[in-house]
Amino acid sequence: MSEYIIKNGHVFDPVQGIKGDKKDISIKDGKIVDKVSSSAKVIDAKDKTVMAGAVEIHAHIAGPKVNLGRIYRPEDKLFSCTPTHGMERMGGGASIPTTFKTGYEYAKMGYTTAMEAAMPPLFSRHVHEEIRDTPIIDEGAFPVFGNNWFVMEYLKNHEIENTAAYCAWLLRATKGYAIKIVNPGGTEAWGWGLNCLSIHDPVPYFDITPAEIIKGLIEANEYLGLPHSMHIHPNNLGNPGCYETTLDTLKLAEGFKTKNKFGREQVMHLTHTQFHSYKGTNWGDFESGAKEVTDYVNKNKNITIDTGNVTLDETTTMTADGPFEHHLCGLNHLKWANVDVELETAAGVVPYIYSPNISVCAIQWAIGLEIPLMMKDPMRCYITTDHPNAGPFTRYPRVIKWLMSKKARDAQVNAFKHKDKVLSQTSIGSLDREISLYELAQMTRAGPAKSLGLSAMCGGLKPGMDADVAVYNFNPDKPVANPDDIETAFSRCAAVFKSGIQVVSNGEIVSTGNKRTLWVDVHVKDNPQVMRDINEKFVKFYSMTQNNYEALGHHFVPNPYALEVDATQA
Amino acid sequence: METVTITMKNAPALYLEADNVSPDAFAGKTAAQIAELSVHEGNTTSTLGKYFEVIGNAGATAADTKIVVKGDVKKVKYLGFKMTAGELVIEGSTDLYVGAWMKGGKILAKGNIEAFAATAMKGGELIVEGNAGNYLGAAYRGDWRGMSGGKILVMGNAGSDIGMYMTGGEIIVNGNIDVHALTHAEGGRLVVKGNAKSKVGGQMIDGEIIIFGSIDTMMPGFKPVSEAELEVDGAKAKFSHFIGDMGERHKKRKGQIVYGNLYKKI
Repeated sequence: MSEYIIKNGHVFDPVQGIKGDKKDISIKDGKIVDKVSSSAKVIDAKDKTVMAGAVEIHAHIAGPKVNLGRIYRPEDKLFSCTPTHGMERMGGGASIPTTFKTGYEYAKMGYTTAMEAAMPPLFSRHVHEEIRDTPIIDEGAFPVFGNNWFVMEYLKNHEIENTAAYCAWLLRATKGYAIKIVNPGGTEAWGWGLNCLSIHDPVPYFDITPAEIIKGLIEANEYLGLPHSMHIHPNNLGNPGCYETTLDTLKLAEGFKTKNKFGREQVMHLTHTQFHSYKGTNWGDFESGAKEVTDYVNKNKNITIDTGNVTLDETTTMTADGPFEHHLCGLNHLKWANVDVELETAAGVVPYIYSPNISVCAIQWAIGLEIPLMMKDPMRCYITTDHPNAGPFTRYPRVIKWLMSKKARDAQVNAFKHKDKVLSQTSIGSLDREISLYELAQMTRAGPAKSLGLSAMCGGLKPGMDADVAVYNFNPDKPVANPDDIETAFSRCAAVFKSGIQVVSNGEIVSTGNKRTLWVDVHVKDNPQVMRDINEKFVKFYSMTQNNYEALGHHFVPNPYALEVDATQA
Repeated sequence: METVTITMKNAPALYLEADNVSPDAFAGKTAAQIAELSVHEGNTTSTLGKYFEVIGNAGATAADTKIVVKGDVKKVKYLGFKMTAGELVIEGSTDLYVGAWMKGGKILAKGNIEAFAATAMKGGELIVEGNAGNYLGAAYRGDWRGMSGGKILVMGNAGSDIGMYMTGGEIIVNGNIDVHALTHAEGGRLVVKGNAKSKVGGQMIDGEIIIFGSIDTMMPGFKPVSEAELEVDGAKAKFSHFIGDMGERHKKRKGQIVYGNLYKKI
């Protein structure tokens, strides 16, 4: 493999505490190394910003509901197609890009790892086929557990060992990465036309509450010692007043301690926090609850969060929170798709336009920015748009502009039709904080990598780590004349390396890299009861056999990278 | 106003996508520069000049530019695509997407036009002396935003699915129309001087349909309410008034529920 040296760049690396010093980064055989030979290829990064490849902790980029969005929204591709050029295949789609465009766009912005946030286990094969067809970036997928019949039946009797054994089996069967919960109990209740809007609403038939599911899955997660914490989209998403449900959910993590060998320090990850930080009683008195939620998270160190920034675009919402999508369709009257996934989960899809002329959308935009600006520890708060729910991931450079520049935020606030309402219902106008490049590296690299249990591998530039490196045309020594320059610089990298291979040069794709599928292989003690239960459910209820269920082999996972976990001694 | 005349000299073997034939794309260019504009034949991109003889320079702006298209353009799509001002005259019959996404200006098609003309049109005027195809003034596939402004006049007949998801503007058809008119409409107005077939105003939420001739089969979701005398295009007549589609959600305006209105001449 070739050697590279990235010379004279301003390096920002939270893993080593480097805050913009001029340093050379050496790459050899896919890894960051201390030094390389004189024959190494030189990349001139003078007056440029150098960071590790960015890590996406939560996006919907592969699988049946993403593809349902693509299929039922031909208008999303209408004027957003790019023809074949250079290394690139043709691509299309604005809020739900094709797999190829997804890989290219992430890479061009300096992202080298991304997590698909909700994999329906029954359709893991579809998820992996799309991951396989998404070039360059390493990807993992989180199977959803929060409405799973096995989990609810075991946890009803607090059978943690059985829950953990089932989780381990499912992670292996679906090549999954982490335990994801979406609207615990609520999506199953949706099968009865109901929902669970608080953590104490009983799930019909199963006679269990969301609180019991959440606590039980945290316990199972720590029993196994998985790389990532339990990753949750709580109940009552997107409703005025939902911040109280969010706080109730976060309090369930109190008292739990991490147990893992991957350097992870938290037991719960709260995703798309913006959608869960609403105060008020209706859309008229709707206001921000960002302060209440971030105050709690600032004080309680066993939680990490991501933001879910609204980007003010036309987009496609999609979630395993089936009842929420039905509710949303009732609000905007646009087309609604809904899928039930047998014993496991469901999903809904509805297009949505976050209009700067609608006060609720503008307030949502402000809440998404308040959260990272109010979070004291950037290592526990990560930037996402919950792609494509609050906006497409291709808008990250714009979110970064708003976070790094008060001037840019003020310009957007002034452009809103209901500016006064945004200022009265949120505190965005009084937040002067501007995120530094070092904090940005924490929020998009070191932080998410650590939360995912990947801190030894990516998110930093320490010798021995994977050589995932992004070089931006951004000179930190020069004052920013126009905030739009920030957006331009973070949109297209000068150079990107993925595992030591240069994949982007001057904003163009130059290699499709060596994409890997990350998954977690957990070994547990033999558990005949769980194996019998699985067999029985396949015989009695599933519409397919176990042999057709598992995502195995080269077709689905051509280049796997398994994180091994030994839980046999647990 | 300057006039640019383009005349088909080498007919394409496949269909030609000429999305640059608009006053906006021509504005400020000489005949030679216009001949260099791109067109697509199948998966091959080439120049307008390969197929058309271009005579005359364009005006400085789209509003100062008139385009006359001559020769056999039955296999040419997207004439007047996204135009915002100026004029376009098509002397013969042409293919899909005439005036699609147009915002202003005027298109006169002297022959027939094919489907998807004036897709999601926002403003301007489209006059068709011959017949129009299906999906005239409709939304793009999958989209819920059809024609929202401007005016379309068809002297001959129009096809099916016209004004689908229409939210504003006006379509007048002097001849007959095929099935599915103003499906899902949330505004706008359709006048048909001839006959309509079936499924007129299906799932319509708001808007107005006026039929001078017959309707083969009325939608069951339309309810007769009264008789009305209307003046349409300077002519007074008596109409039966129906509201609908009763199976759909309807908005309230000033405390009153708003329905789609269908008038059929008595």
